[in-house]
Amino acid sequence: MEYFLAFAVGGAICVIGQLLLDIFKLTPAHVMSSFVVSGAILDGFGIYDKLIEFAGAGATVPITSFGHSLLHGAMQKGEEHGFIGIGMGIFQLTSAGISSAIVFGFIVAILFKPKG
Amino acid sequence: MSLHDQEQYSKNIKNYHPKTPYVWNSLKAFLVGGAICAFGQGIQNFYMSVFDFSEKNAGNPTVATLILISALLTGFGVYDKIGQFAGAGSAVPVTGFANSITSAALEHKSEGIVLGVATNMFKLAGSVIVFGVVAAYLVGIVRLIFRALL
Repeated sequence: MEYFLAFAVGGAICVIGQLLLDIFKLTPAHVMSSFVVSGAILDGFGIYDKLIEFAGAGATVPITSFGHSLLHGAMQKGEEHGFIGIGMGIFQLTSAGISSAIVFGFIVAILFKPKG
Repeated sequence: MSLHDQEQYSKNIKNYHPKTPYVWNSLKAFLVGGAICAFGQGIQNFYMSVFDFSEKNAGNPTVATLILISALLTGFGVYDKIGQFAGAGSAVPVTGFANSITSAALEHKSEGIVLGVATNMFKLAGSVIVFGVVAAYLVGIVRLIFRALL
């Protein structure tokens, strides 16, 4: 059941992205940027946490969860240290994603030859 | 050429543009995007049962694993083929973020490691990080202000 929910919700988020690409003729970079912003805004109202509880990886794997994790890290430190804390904590939860993307991306670019 | 001619031109050429298959594209995005998320759920369950991660903490290693797989698939040239088929289905999951970093780095490899690979790495993914951080920063400030007022 949890696999089905992850599949359905994750797939539905991708369909929204595909419709933005096809109907509004946005570039993938525009779609990804707007998804990250909407993730942060939805988390601001506490909606995204409920979606994660409901759909598991269906909500944590799409790029919208990046905005959600940025805000969560910012709020964790923000509650302790006030406004300065926002800047201190903003990358705390996304650190694993960004650092692994940089390291693996770099290693692959060194080892592999460009295709096409 | 006047503005009127340009309007006429875009009207005339419209018949020759291929029609966008909205439903078929959405179905492909749904199936591939959903499959990636279900696969992510499998990895998350694996980390929760084998390494004793809690449901909240398991998200981090799951995302890192997906990014590793996506970077490797990009290196082998497989991910771009999936992307041609699935459109947003492979761009919206976090694997698409890793793919944009790796493919930008690979594409500019011929210009050298510093000026090519490292400089161009965030050419596409940079916008995601910039907009994400700015949005999260502003929403965070708004939330702190509300908390102080209430």
